[in-house]
Amino acid sequence: MPMQPASTEIASRIAAIIEELKDLEGPLLPILHGIQEEFGHVPQVALPAIADGLNLSRAEVHGVVTFYHDFRAKPAGRHVLKLCQAEACQSMGSEAVATKVKQLLGIDFHETARDGSVTLEPVYCLGLCACSPSAMLDGEVIGRLDDEKIEEIVAEVRS
Amino acid sequence: MIPRIYIPADSGALALGAEKVARAIEKELKERGVEAKIVRNGSRGAYFLEPMVEVATAEGRVAYGPVKPSDVKSLFDSGFLKGGHHKRWLGAPDKIPFLAKQTRLTFARCGVIDPLSLDSYKSHGGLRGLQNAVAMAPAEIVKQVTESGLRGRGGAGFPTGIKWKTVLDTNSERKYIVCNADEGDSATFADRMIMEGDPFVLIEGMAIAGIATGATKGFVYIRSEYPHAVATMNKAVAIARKAGVLGVNVLGSPNAFDMEIRVGAGAYVCGEETSLLNSLEGKRGVVRAKPPLPAIQGLFGKPTVINNVISLASVPIIMDKGAAYYKDFGMGRSRGTIPIQIAGNVKHGGLFETAFGLTLGEIVDEIGGGTASGRPVKAVQVGGPLGAYFPRALFDTPFDYEAFAAKDGLIGHAGITVFDDSADMLKQARFAMEFCAIESCGKCTPCRIGSTRGMEVLDKVAAGIEAEKNLALVTDLCNTMKFGSLCALGGFTPYPVMSSITHFPEDFKPAPTRVAAE
Repeated sequence: MPMQPASTEIASRIAAIIEELKDLEGPLLPILHGIQEEFGHVPQVALPAIADGLNLSRAEVHGVVTFYHDFRAKPAGRHVLKLCQAEACQSMGSEAVATKVKQLLGIDFHETARDGSVTLEPVYCLGLCACSPSAMLDGEVIGRLDDEKIEEIVAEVRS
Repeated sequence: MIPRIYIPADSGALALGAEKVARAIEKELKERGVEAKIVRNGSRGAYFLEPMVEVATAEGRVAYGPVKPSDVKSLFDSGFLKGGHHKRWLGAPDKIPFLAKQTRLTFARCGVIDPLSLDSYKSHGGLRGLQNAVAMAPAEIVKQVTESGLRGRGGAGFPTGIKWKTVLDTNSERKYIVCNADEGDSATFADRMIMEGDPFVLIEGMAIAGIATGATKGFVYIRSEYPHAVATMNKAVAIARKAGVLGVNVLGSPNAFDMEIRVGAGAYVCGEETSLLNSLEGKRGVVRAKPPLPAIQGLFGKPTVINNVISLASVPIIMDKGAAYYKDFGMGRSRGTIPIQIAGNVKHGGLFETAFGLTLGEIVDEIGGGTASGRPVKAVQVGGPLGAYFPRALFDTPFDYEAFAAKDGLIGHAGITVFDDSADMLKQARFAMEFCAIESCGKCTPCRIGSTRGMEVLDKVAAGIEAEKNLALVTDLCNTMKFGSLCALGGFTPYPVMSSITHFPEDFKPAPTRVAAE
């Protein structure tokens, strides 16, 4: 079984990201993206370290992290499936797509499957509005979702 | 001559399988021992034909599409490298009706060139605008842009030249150019397409804006939902810096300009310019009160030009061919061209750049070819989630800022979503309120609380509870949101709600009657 990284190791990885980016103009979002990329989420322990590094209060950092939909407090599943639920996709049946995916995966939006295989999220527009309904699986874009593609996606995240 | 094969790497094409097609073509080339150069271009925007593969022949380019991986073997068998006939054969791309009918000024190179080849960019007219600009006085550049009649393509339609003049006239040792690439409106993908398909045109436009206003630093704020655009822009900026297009001496002139790409974090409201500035500064993306205008106190309190991608990407052609050339296109006070994005339940979806003035009916029925489902068109939402729903009765409205405003609508970022007769407009109105509730920054009360109350009241209407009384309440609430909100999120949410109620009253009748009528 893989060992949990020691807390000092996490702290030093966080410190390295802050150090690398803190001289940018407006460094907070790039730092948060950097930390989420490194850990898959923004761990609580990062907040005081960022506040310290940027001379902000912890409350300010907390306020920013929680404002944006992208930043996670907990790690996501091994796969992240985002289904577009905005108007262009609605006009092509995105609601029915979502119902079917939820049923096949046994989870609702903003939930992670119990086996940790997949996190399901709604997204409001991927800019694929001329090939609706659309989705994004682990950063890969998928257009004109139909039953066949949905089943492929479900099989992939379950494998 | 080694044959050249163009396979788009645009997100839309990738979503339709362009990567698998590219791999199949590579494999086939290897197996047949044929030498060819594969270019990953952007998309020309005819998404109903994507993935559209093109080959360069002695007679010009020949397109094939939509190509499936299973078509690849037979394409080679029919000699497609020489433009041979095949069931996917489309002929010369610029003769395809959807593309032939367009006026491509801003998107002239998109889908044509290799997006990351500066040489290719230059050989197709790139950098001429910037070259002209470095030899001009800042006030002269601003004058050209003002005279072109270019208005903000992000949605507000504010004259770009006037904004630039304010920044030029405001004294400060530091000024910024900020490009708003937080293209969150459903039905819009023009910004994404140009960043993926012709990134240098945006860089050139920003450099011109910098020289015109005395700003030396630029930021492009791209939404995180666009990872491909982010990657392409980052690469293009590095190339432009290396080639001296950006840096301390732009194109060898004494003008300094450099830029950075920044990524949003999933907040729709950051498409509003003052929220975007807060977000860039590393704050919560809450809206700022205006005044002060960003042009006077913008990013980090400094004078800032904040323009949409398409506004900035339209500047190079204005500086290349002159204000009069650009101004010649269009109607009334809407000058130049507009990339209309035809989306949703439509047969021929894609980007259609044209002079202002086409009617909504021409766009939906003729260019879009009606619905994808084959059912009658019921409603068309113009301008994204904050735009009004138009019924067929208003299809004679010309595509023009003022004409849409006169019909209680807006053209916004020029995205249009087509709905067939299965759409339930009460549901769409409720979604508009729900979306506002999800995305509200929370700063002002009408937007933060009004959106949630709006959802609840519309739920009552849907349940048939005192429909008439509750619709009057929604109307009153919309009035409060429209005039009492700080920004367009709360202020424009009433457009989709009220247009649904006004144009589709039958969908708001109490439930028992609706059932009885069916």
